[in-house]
Amino acid sequence: MALLEVNDVSKIFPGVRALDQVSFTLQPGEVHALVGENGAGKSTLIKVLTGVYQPDGGELRYQDQPARFGTPMDAQQAGISTIYQEVNLVPLMSVAQNLFLGREPRTRLGLIDRKRMDREAREILTGYGVTADVRRRLGTLALGAQQMVALARAVMIDAKVVIMDEPTSSLEPREVQTLFGVIRDLHARGIGIVYVSHRLDELYQICDAVTILRDGKLVHTGKLADLERIKLVSLMLGRDMAEVRREGATAFSGTATGDTEAAPVLRVSELNSRHKLHDVSFDVRPGEVVGLGGLLGAGRSETIKAIGGAYHLDSGDIQVDGQDLKKPTPVRAVEFGIAVQPEDRKAEGIVPGLSVRENIALAVLPRVSRFGFVSDGKVDEIVDRYIERLRIKASSPDQAVGDLSGGNQQKVLLARLLATDPKVLLLDEPTRGIDVGAKAEVQSLIDELAAEGLGVVLVSSDAEELVEGSDRVVVLRDGVVVGTLTGADVTTEDLMATIATEAHP
Amino acid sequence: MTMGLASEPSAIVVEDVRKAERTDRIVGTVQRQGAPAVLIVVVLIALATFPNFRSLDNTATILVAAAPPMLIALGMTFVIITGGIDLSVGSLYVLGGVLAAWASQYGILAAFLLPLAVCGTIGVVNGLLIAYTRMAPFIVTLAALLGARGLMRAISSEGSDTYLVRNDAFRKLGNGSFLDIGYQVWLVAALVVIGLVVLARSRFGASVYAVGGSEDAASLMGVPVRRTKVWVYVLSGLLAGLAGAINAAKLGSGVTVLGTGMELDAIAAVVIGGTLLTGGAGTIAGTIAGVLLLGVIQNLINQVGNVNSNWQQVISGTFLALVVVAQTYLVRLRRVT
Repeated sequence: MALLEVNDVSKIFPGVRALDQVSFTLQPGEVHALVGENGAGKSTLIKVLTGVYQPDGGELRYQDQPARFGTPMDAQQAGISTIYQEVNLVPLMSVAQNLFLGREPRTRLGLIDRKRMDREAREILTGYGVTADVRRRLGTLALGAQQMVALARAVMIDAKVVIMDEPTSSLEPREVQTLFGVIRDLHARGIGIVYVSHRLDELYQICDAVTILRDGKLVHTGKLADLERIKLVSLMLGRDMAEVRREGATAFSGTATGDTEAAPVLRVSELNSRHKLHDVSFDVRPGEVVGLGGLLGAGRSETIKAIGGAYHLDSGDIQVDGQDLKKPTPVRAVEFGIAVQPEDRKAEGIVPGLSVRENIALAVLPRVSRFGFVSDGKVDEIVDRYIERLRIKASSPDQAVGDLSGGNQQKVLLARLLATDPKVLLLDEPTRGIDVGAKAEVQSLIDELAAEGLGVVLVSSDAEELVEGSDRVVVLRDGVVVGTLTGADVTTEDLMATIATEAHP
Repeated sequence: MTMGLASEPSAIVVEDVRKAERTDRIVGTVQRQGAPAVLIVVVLIALATFPNFRSLDNTATILVAAAPPMLIALGMTFVIITGGIDLSVGSLYVLGGVLAAWASQYGILAAFLLPLAVCGTIGVVNGLLIAYTRMAPFIVTLAALLGARGLMRAISSEGSDTYLVRNDAFRKLGNGSFLDIGYQVWLVAALVVIGLVVLARSRFGASVYAVGGSEDAASLMGVPVRRTKVWVYVLSGLLAGLAGAINAAKLGSGVTVLGTGMELDAIAAVVIGGTLLTGGAGTIAGTIAGVLLLGVIQNLINQVGNVNSNWQQVISGTFLALVVVAQTYLVRLRRVT
């Protein structure tokens, strides 16, 4: 008996066929991978399954009955729970309140029984490796712990189907293992899991079956073990397998473009910030991609933010093209030709409600306006140039950025940075949360930009991306530079070895 | 391949989490207890400086004067915690008073039911528009402010007709007292206690916090977001109407010229009480302290005698600005660490 059946489901939005007769089956106790590039229709399919959208054609069958979920609440009550990519809980409320919201245990008077709620929350969360005080505000927990609370909540509602949308994107490796433990437990209890992720290693570690979508259509569904990894990637991308093999895992060309003789375009010396950064120094030459390596909390993002003027420095010198950037502020950093792509593009980067055109224009306004008036013609010219150059896929420059796929949002952000005409580009996790195809495009763009003479600083927690994308890697640990990898030493093995070397003196 | 397999979180990260925890606890306490603490300090100073302040009469006066604003601020607390605002309550307060005075000729029950029915209906309309058409609460309730004021002027011939309360029972309710404390104070106290319990301990209260804390998350978690929003505006309208009615009972007439700016005083009291204007956090206890603080300041200024009473607004305004600055700082502190 199938737990959940999707039969020829279609969903049409104005101008787009987001889902075109997609079918797949989820068995009880099965961990089913749902993969595809951004825009392939995964999110739409999830929203159809969870009652956010109504299908325009086809049929859902749940526990052998035709099913129709009018609202997310309907789906939840039927036993279909979802944990979303970004934690969807209320940060200002306590951990226990978040866990029980809407289902709080009540006293005979109908009031919430706080003691019981806290006690039960503690018991439940211990099973998920979360030992924090349940009366604390959820927002004070680490992201991984918040995700576990979300998962615990999803499972608690007597779920028969749990849909996980990129559950590991904000987890540490140790937390990923805890999550997998929980998934195996759910599997044993006969709960069906739909698992959406871009991380192939994880899929092969935890999933039984796979469904691949591309451009809203089903391209493959079946046992995952029968599907070779390279075949999976080529099905997702719709590219030739040989081509995928030849190109390697990332789209970086692998050839160094930096001119080792040229004067550095960015020189950072002895940056210090309380207990976060200690004497961090490095150079970037024009055309060079310098990677910042290290574990979470090593000071990579802080370094990038500090150079961009958005993080407090106690001391340190920053030079751009030989000129001293004193007392960096974001505005002064831009004036000096420093462009920063922040780690969290949603919170710090783009303005989702504004159009592609407006987002790009934000950065260039100072250049195209005269006496405070903006020349529309000039803006259009610049916007069109970047849309074409960065291959941004939008229905028109007037489409809201929030409606674009993650990869295209990232490209809009890049366009905005480039429109300020920078000399140095600081990229913090430029490919996080975007699909394989868009990742490859962003990676080759970084290569191209460096080849044009920009100095690039790259932070990525994907070691392969960091190593293949960088000409040199500066390795940080606990805010200290512990080594620099150059030439043939830029390998994941050397990176790991450097991170693992003896603690700093 | 992801980096840092087999990595333990570095000591720095752990230390940071602990620090964030501590900061959060301290900030939370200041946000919750700040207003009551300031109230106590102000009262202590007043006791030491003004000999008349300590008299039972004066206490009763402060409480009676604070009763209608307290009701309005009570409703406003719910609204602001959902992330909304209700500008219509000042107008509803006046309208409620006029309606109660007029209806008192048909008995004490009518004197309460008519303002509650009318103001409650306006609250329903506010809530429906805000919850279902996603119009900004500011605009919707501003429209209601103008509309309710217009209605009040229409039924009172441009505000020149003053309906006298002819029902003795109703008048007595406004002027009688139990244990030297006015009846209306007891009524308001009872409602405030109910409000406190509802907000802190009911599922509806939890929904109110969830809607203000993160509307999207609340909706995905199955919280009835729209229903919650409608209810807070209904509650706010009902309480404003009731405040108008008890004021009419006290004054013995439906005065048409009071109440302008009451909504702003209520918002000020709520914010001073530690409720975040952005929603998601706040307490009734804080609001009580906020209302009493403004009331005590007013009372002290009256006692000084030769000071222009407008100074009360200057002081309240300054105080409000200080609280908002402190709040902003506290919230930022919480985020940064």
